Amino acid sequence: MADSLLSVDNLTMQFGGVTALSEVTFDIARGEILGLIGPNGAGKTTCFNVITGVYAATHGTVTFDGKPLAGLKRFQITKRGIARTFQNIRLFPDMTAIENVMVGADANHKTSVGGALIGSPRHHREEREGRDMAMELLTFMGIADRAGEAARNLPYGYQRRLEIARALATNPRLLCLDEPAAGFTPAEKQELMELIRRIRAQGYTVLLIEHDVSLVMGVTDRIVVLDFGKIIANGSPAEVRDNPDVIAAYLGVPDDAA
Amino acid sequence: MSLSDAFKELTSRPARTVSGVGERVGDMPRVARWSLIALFVVSLYLMPWWPEVPLLGWLVDTPGTSFEGVITDKVVIYVLVALGLNVVVGLAGLLDLGYVGFYAVGAYTLGVLSSQHANLPWLLCVPIAVAVSMISGVVLGTPTLRLRGDYLAIVTLGFGEIIRISANNADWLGGSRGISKIAKPPNIGPLKFGILDAKPYFFLGLTIIIVVVFFLRRLEHSRVGRAWNAVREDEDAAELMGVNTFKFKLWAFAIGAAIGGLAGTLYAGKVRFINPSNFPLQLSILFLAAVVLGGTGNMWGAILGGAVVAWMPERFRNFADKRVFVFGVALVLVMVFRPQGLIPRKIRKERWLANWKPPQRTPQFGETGTGRG
Repeated sequence: MADSLLSVDNLTMQFGGVTALSEVTFDIARGEILGLIGPNGAGKTTCFNVITGVYAATHGTVTFDGKPLAGLKRFQITKRGIARTFQNIRLFPDMTAIENVMVGADANHKTSVGGALIGSPRHHREEREGRDMAMELLTFMGIADRAGEAARNLPYGYQRRLEIARALATNPRLLCLDEPAAGFTPAEKQELMELIRRIRAQGYTVLLIEHDVSLVMGVTDRIVVLDFGKIIANGSPAEVRDNPDVIAAYLGVPDDAA
Repeated sequence: MSLSDAFKELTSRPARTVSGVGERVGDMPRVARWSLIALFVVSLYLMPWWPEVPLLGWLVDTPGTSFEGVITDKVVIYVLVALGLNVVVGLAGLLDLGYVGFYAVGAYTLGVLSSQHANLPWLLCVPIAVAVSMISGVVLGTPTLRLRGDYLAIVTLGFGEIIRISANNADWLGGSRGISKIAKPPNIGPLKFGILDAKPYFFLGLTIIIVVVFFLRRLEHSRVGRAWNAVREDEDAAELMGVNTFKFKLWAFAIGAAIGGLAGTLYAGKVRFINPSNFPLQLSILFLAAVVLGGTGNMWGAILGGAVVAWMPERFRNFADKRVFVFGVALVLVMVFRPQGLIPRKIRKERWLANWKPPQRTPQFGETGTGRG
C-alpha cells in the first residue's frame, strides 16, 4: 500500500515453543481506523507489544512512516509517533489526572535537570504548554471536571478515558487502543466509539483492538482478524462479517462440516 | 514476596489527599505565607539555643551530650543525606541500600585533597568532592540501573561495602588508620570554624540544606520530577509514554549521590578525621530508616525523618546501653501508627486549576493532529 503509515511485514513472535504470532502481515493507511479482532489468545495484544517495542519480534519487521522500528527503545518509538493504551489500565495511580497527561506531553518536551534547576524560560513555557494541552485533552475526553484528582480515585470509565488522553498527549500519529471499551456498558461503549471517531476526525490514525465484534463493525474502516497468531481475514467490516473463517473462529465449526 | 515488593507495599500505599500543614500554608495569602516561612527559618537558625527555651528545651535537650554538638555532627548531616536519598528512593522509587558509599566518597575526596595528598583549600575541595560523588553515582548507575527491585538493592548494598573495604585496604587512602587533619571551612566574618564553637558548622549546614531544598523543589515541580514519579508508579508504562526511564533514573542516582557526597564533606570538614569504620553498612540502613520514617517521597518528611533518626538516640542517652532498644521501639511504633511515615507523600494539589482558562490561541491538539497525520 503506497500511503501506509505502519507496515507489519511477516511478523513472527515465539515465546519458547509457543508461537504467538505467525507471519502476520498488514498495513495501516494514514487516517484510517483499523480494527484488530480475534478470539481470546489470538495474539492481538502480542501484536501491539511488538509494534510498541515491548517485545522484539522473532522474525519480520515493523515499518513506521517508511522507517524500520527494529532496535529502537520503547520511549523512542513513542517519540516517533506511536502511542498506546493498555488492556489492564496502567495509569500512574498516585499522580493527578493532569500530571498523568503531562507525562505524556513531556514526550515532546526537552527541559532536563539543568533547565529545571535554573528555571529556564523553556521550562516555564513547556510547563504552561503541557498544562494547557492536558486540560484541552481532558476536556475533549469529557473528564476535565476531575482533573486535579489522583488517578487512582477516578471512576473506572474516567480512568479508561484518561489513558487515551495521556496517549494523545504524546502527540502520536498512530494511536493504538487495546480494548478501550473493556468493562463498559453498551451505552458507554457507544459513547467511546463516538469519541474514537472524533479522534480520527482530528487527523489521527487509530489501531483498535476490540473484543466486541458488533462494536468494531460500526467504527472501523477495515478489520484484520487474528486467530491462533495467524491472520485469517483482512477487509472491510462487511467482508469480514461474511467470511466463513471468521465465523468459524468465533463460533466454532459444526462437527459435520469439519 | 521480594524485599523490594515489601518495601513498595509499605511505602506506596495510596498517598493522602487530606490537607496537611503544607497545603494550609500554601493556601494562605502571599504576605502571611512568606512571613510564616521566614519565621520558621529564623527559628531553625536559632536551634542551638533551643535547650534554653522552657518546655521545648526539656523536650529536645540531649542529656550527657551537648545539644549543639548533636545538631551539627548528626542532625544536619542526616537531614542532608535523607534529602539526597529521598530523591533516589522516594521520588524515583529505586531501593538503594548502599547510600553510605557516596557519603564516604565525598568525605574521602575532601580528605585526600586537603590532607592526605594535597593541601587544597576546603572551598575548592567541596565542589570537586561533590563532582566525584556524582561521577561515582553515574559509574555505579550505568550498569546497575538496568536491574530492578531486589537486584538493584543487592548491587547497591555491595557498592557501599566495596567502598568501605577498599578504603580499608588502600594505603593511599590511609588504610584502616584513616585520614586526619582534614581541612575545615574558611572563617566567614564572625563565624570562626574551630573546635571550640560548633555553631558556625550548624549555620553552614543549615544554609546548605535550605539551598538544596530550594533546588530539589524546582526539580520536583518540573518534567524531571514528573518523570521520576512516573518511573516509581509504573516504569513500563512510563517508558511507553515516552519517558527515557534510564536517563532519568541515572539523574536521580547522580543527584542523590552528589547530595550524599556533599553531606560527607560536611561531616569530614567538621570531625576532621575519618576512617573506614565511620562508614558501616549500618549507616546505610539508618539513612534509609530516616527516609522511610519521615515519609518516602515527601521532602519535608525526609527532613523530619533525618532529624529524628539523628537526634533520638542522643535524647535517650539516659537509658544507657538500652537506648538503641528504645530507639528501635520508637521506630516500630511510628511505623505501626503511621506506616507511610511521619509526613506522608501527598497527592499534588493543582492550585492553578481553579484559575485556569483555555488559552486564546487554538492549542496544539487540533493543529498537530491534522498536521502530522
